[in-house]
Amino acid sequence: MFRMTPNIVRNLVVRKSTRMYPVEVREPFAQVRGELFNDIERCIFCGTCEVKCPSQCIQVDKKACIWTCDPFACVFCGVCVDTCPAKSLYQKTKYRSPTGERIIISQQGQPRKKDKAKDRAGESGTPKGSGEEKADPGGDPAT
Amino acid sequence: MRKTVIPFGPQHPVLPEPIHLKLTVEDERIIEAIPNLGYVHRGLERLADIRDFHQMIQVVERVCGICSVIHALCYCQGIEEIMGVEVPPRARYLRVMWSELHRIQSHLLWLGLFADSFGFESLFMQFWRVREKIMDISEATTGNRVIVSVNVIGGVRRNPDPEQIRWVLAQIDWVEAELQRLEDTMLEDYTVKKRTVGKGVLTRQQAYELGAVGPVLRGSGVAQDARQTGYAAYGELHFEPVVETDGDCYARNKVRFRETLASIDLIRRAIHRLPDGEVRTKIKGIKPPQGETVNRVEQPRGELLYYLKGSGQKTLDRVRIRTPTFANIPPLLVMLPGHFLSDVPVVTLSIDPCISCTER
Ligand code: SF4
Ligand code: SF4
Repeated sequence: MFRMTPNIVRNLVVRKSTRMYPVEVREPFAQVRGELFNDIERCIFCGTCEVKCPSQCIQVDKKACIWTCDPFACVFCGVCVDTCPAKSLYQKTKYRSPTGERIIISQQGQPRKKDKAKDRAGESGTPKGSGEEKADPGGDPAT
Repeated sequence: MRKTVIPFGPQHPVLPEPIHLKLTVEDERIIEAIPNLGYVHRGLERLADIRDFHQMIQVVERVCGICSVIHALCYCQGIEEIMGVEVPPRARYLRVMWSELHRIQSHLLWLGLFADSFGFESLFMQFWRVREKIMDISEATTGNRVIVSVNVIGGVRRNPDPEQIRWVLAQIDWVEAELQRLEDTMLEDYTVKKRTVGKGVLTRQQAYELGAVGPVLRGSGVAQDARQTGYAAYGELHFEPVVETDGDCYARNKVRFRETLASIDLIRRAIHRLPDGEVRTKIKGIKPPQGETVNRVEQPRGELLYYLKGSGQKTLDRVRIRTPTFANIPPLLVMLPGHFLSDVPVVTLSIDPCISCTER
């Protein structure tokens, strides 16, 4: 009849199983596939990630060298990271934190040095607005 | 006595997912149950037309979150069979390890929900606390908690190092010790027995004729388990199905509890025999699948069946999935008549309904 009692008594003396979550966060495991980032300096805009992504959340504009990702459509599968030939994609061990507004990550990169034709055409070392740029085009999903 | 029709579900406190049962009751007793499905149909099979056969792995994993590894395993095995890809032995053993981890977490989830269905809240919490450890193992070894995306065509994507394997063994030892502490409550407690013994009886004959699968079938005394076919590495692990003969809710509960312990044992055996070597065969250069196949594996809820057909294109022609809950609904309709209305949650949960799988 009282078979649960030993468990209950035991639970009174052992350590708590829960954490005070937002205050106390467990260290993530080393191999966790969390939020996706692109090291745009290394990206060669080949478009492999766009083709391979099962949720189709990445768009690569090869001409303009723009890499766009809808982070809320990403399912953290890591397929793009595995297949990226330039190893420019990586995933952190933290998951994306909840947010109230929708954002689209859009990163503008520079054409690769290997792309000689373009290099010769433009003067060397023209700054092209590289680096990360998080734009939040409010009603973007509609378009 | 006048008959009354009472709707049970689609939203009901004990139901994790929406199924609607139209119950005809006379006084308090059920005389007929008619199911109504279709609330969470997502058309995943149809996605095979637009996603290529690699991307379909991520799609089939989402047929059912609770057994994502096993869905992906069945799909990958089918494609490997069509393409004639040999999976390295280490990958086969790792597939067993992850499948069994998923079986444990699914059974623990069910054991908790089942305890909840007859109002045993503290037992529910205990099972889910233990389950959390399994989720941690999944997260540490594969990268994600539930939908782990670890199977690929030709093998697996992760290769745990020896230290991680030792850690997994230590964790499942803890899980086993905790479960043994709960065994007495789940299987012998007066309140549990009062609510489950003799409820929802399915005889061996009925189970066989109605095509029940999984713990529902084995709870009625039929020793049938798709793992006996020896897919992945099960053939080398001397797998024995867990069988009970009473065919009531208590027997199904017992089957699942004992299967959880058996799965822990299987993981240990798989790890002890884990061979070294590659975990993934390169499939570059092999033509996309051309041909058709039927593949079945054992999910926590029963036998899962995939029919795959490809015609050498990047996208498959047809993916047909038959999930275990689909097969277990006719037996449920036989179990319900004759019981009190208050037993419906317990009997319904005893088949471990996974509706999003059934409707895909
Ligand atoms: S696969 Fe890698 S290199 Fe190619 S476009 Fe994507 S991020 Fe850039
Ligand atoms: S992690 Fe998966 S879903 Fe997310 S962008 Fe990469 S391929 Fe797409």
